[in-house]
Amino acid sequence: MLWLLFFLVTAIHAELCQPGAENAFKVRLSIRTALGDKAYAWDTNEEYLFKAMVAFSMRKVPNREATEISHVLLCNVTQRVSFWFVVTDPSKNHTLPAVEVQLAIRMNRNRINNAFSLNDQTLEFLKIPSTLAPPTDPSVPIWIIIFGVIFCIVIVAITLLILSGIRQRRRKNKEPSEVDDAEDKCENMITIENGIPCDPLDMKGGHINDAFMTEDERLTPL
Amino acid sequence: MAHAPEPDLASGDPGDERPRWDNKAQYLLSCIGFAVGLGNIWRFPYLCQTYGGGAFLIPYVIALIFEGIPLFHVELAIGQRLRKGSIGVWTAVSPYLSGLGLGCVMLSSLVSLYYNTILAWVLWYFLNSFQHPLPWSSCPPDLNRTGFVEECQGSSAVSYFWYRQTLNITADINDSGSIQWRLLICLAACWAVVYMCVIRGVETTGKAIYFTASFPYLVLTIFLIRGLTLPGATKGLSYLFTPNMQILQNPRVWLDAATQIFFSLSLAFGGHIAFASYNSPRNILSLINEFDFPEQSISRDDYPAVLVHLTATQPRRVARLPLKACHLEDFLDKTASGPGLAFIVFTEAVLHMPGAPGWAVLFFGMLFTLGLSSMFGNMEAIITPLLDNGVLPRWVPKEALTGLVCLACFLCATCFTLQSGNYWLEIFDNFAAPLNLLIFAFLEVVGVVYVYGMKRFCDDIAWMTGRRPGPYWRLTWRVVSPLLLLTIFVAYVTLLARKPLSYRAWNPQYELFPSRQEKLYPGWVRAACVLLSLLPVLWVPMAALAQLLTRWKRTWRDRDVRPDTNTR
Repeated sequence: MLWLLFFLVTAIHAELCQPGAENAFKVRLSIRTALGDKAYAWDTNEEYLFKAMVAFSMRKVPNREATEISHVLLCNVTQRVSFWFVVTDPSKNHTLPAVEVQLAIRMNRNRINNAFSLNDQTLEFLKIPSTLAPPTDPSVPIWIIIFGVIFCIVIVAITLLILSGIRQRRRKNKEPSEVDDAEDKCENMITIENGIPCDPLDMKGGHINDAFMTEDERLTPL
Repeated sequence: MAHAPEPDLASGDPGDERPRWDNKAQYLLSCIGFAVGLGNIWRFPYLCQTYGGGAFLIPYVIALIFEGIPLFHVELAIGQRLRKGSIGVWTAVSPYLSGLGLGCVMLSSLVSLYYNTILAWVLWYFLNSFQHPLPWSSCPPDLNRTGFVEECQGSSAVSYFWYRQTLNITADINDSGSIQWRLLICLAACWAVVYMCVIRGVETTGKAIYFTASFPYLVLTIFLIRGLTLPGATKGLSYLFTPNMQILQNPRVWLDAATQIFFSLSLAFGGHIAFASYNSPRNILSLINEFDFPEQSISRDDYPAVLVHLTATQPRRVARLPLKACHLEDFLDKTASGPGLAFIVFTEAVLHMPGAPGWAVLFFGMLFTLGLSSMFGNMEAIITPLLDNGVLPRWVPKEALTGLVCLACFLCATCFTLQSGNYWLEIFDNFAAPLNLLIFAFLEVVGVVYVYGMKRFCDDIAWMTGRRPGPYWRLTWRVVSPLLLLTIFVAYVTLLARKPLSYRAWNPQYELFPSRQEKLYPGWVRAACVLLSLLPVLWVPMAALAQLLTRWKRTWRDRDVRPDTNTR
């Protein structure tokens, strides 16, 4: 009689947890990818820990504080390592709705990952999306800082150039009146071929014509 | 004397305060900097690969010998001889051709508007490269943080960064959207940099050009060495340069080679290569997950055998898996040019290099300096004629004139910072530049050779350089170049007329997203395209007509005066 009851109970359990069953979720672990040499083997003790973590997550949901480890059922454990799990209610006849399980796992994903030294990519709950980390935006985006630096440099350079241009022009305005007439005279006398500069003629001031010898030099000195 | 030391070229006009280059190196670097621009970096390799690798060099070199070099020589020589900007030169050659100079100025201003906008994009990417990880390396999470933003998931992180976070592009050209303030301030900074370098004309550009013309070559050499040391470099190179001679029979190749000689950015966005989406480790993982094999049980060597076995035993389950074969040619065949190459393909490539921010900074810095040196030429083409013709009174300093020009260009270019700005930029690049350039080049050669006179021109060159130009030059100037330009122009116009004007829009709601949606231009946009292509050229007949009218008026006036003297 007792054996019959035992078989009945396990049969019901088997029906509740099946691949593709209602409210069942598939879990996939990639332990060797995550830990390499330090990978641990997946055995029944690890399964017990998993059940404990799921029960812990469910207990955090309001109205489900009575969830026990025995309410979490695992099945179809493969070599991959992958398996299916469901969470049943205290009567062990029905499974808890998928939405609640999903919510509970999402809220405690970090704790579950840490228990197994895995992360969101290596401990996958298919059909339970993980919450992505918020983008780490610094208060002032970096590009604005660099833009500010470059822009300030450019503005300073422009101001310096304009100021030096004004100064140059003021200096040129002070001298040109005297040099202007001389320049006009020079321009008229310069031809393209000769290119004799005006300066020597101007600076001498006198009208000494070097082409002719002076009186003194006509006669050889005694 | 207040004059700077004169180089060998003697002055033709006494009292001429025309600024000059400090030395020959500055002049040479300026020419190189202006001639080599963004189009050389991101269009030529694309053309080379699309049109049969090494075989493309044949039409390119032919076009260079018979079209590019003779034209370049004519422009440089006539400018140096007459020592005036473009308006002055052509008025001196013939008063009827003065419209050519005006048209050139108008064309240069249209070009500088959108060229600097591209530099603003480059600057934006440059500023964003100073962080690790790079902002285009991952998609941002969506609102409830369960996955990535849908648009990003559908395309890729780099495309999303370019189309959404940089341009914030709309799905249609009719929908202008709002001004993007990020691009606006980058544009303001770009125009400020251009102003800083052009502020006193040749004086300041001459100093800036030392850096802006040589830095790109330094960076390109670094990238060349880096690229050659990557695995698969020889395969890629041999694929690029293996000549495919059949392609030369396509007339389109010759047309593209000839127009590449002119500057064309060709902002047609090529498809981008999706890197690392499909590779054998992913296929292996798919198999392992589907069939629940133990982790890492299939190695790369086992994979083909296992796949065959599984396909034989459980074909239906295998067929459901997204297994993609990885062929090298698939990647190499997907070419990209224009901004698609720089902002999508290269940014993706940089993510896979160690020290990604450094490479990105180098690359975008190079693009910026490359474009900047071309901008100098454009701005000089606008400012010099304005200065020569005394548009503003003498007492207005040159700094004020350049400032006004830069400010006016900046205000006009703000329309490119709208959300639909990218579509407008493509229009400008496709219609404002090519046709007008062809017409102007043709008129230049014909004007110098037939109106100014070949003999006079050869005499000028002999006087300037000491040698008369040889028969190659005379033949190309007289016959070959004008004929070639005419054929290219006709071919270009026929090609343009054959297909309806359309553009490719980025529409997340499109069924075949992330492919771009092909849309036709609405009527008013088409009118704008026609206006852009015709406006610079119209100056030529208008100026000639104006000249004709003044001549007639003068002859009429003379005829009225003469009867009085005759009757005496």
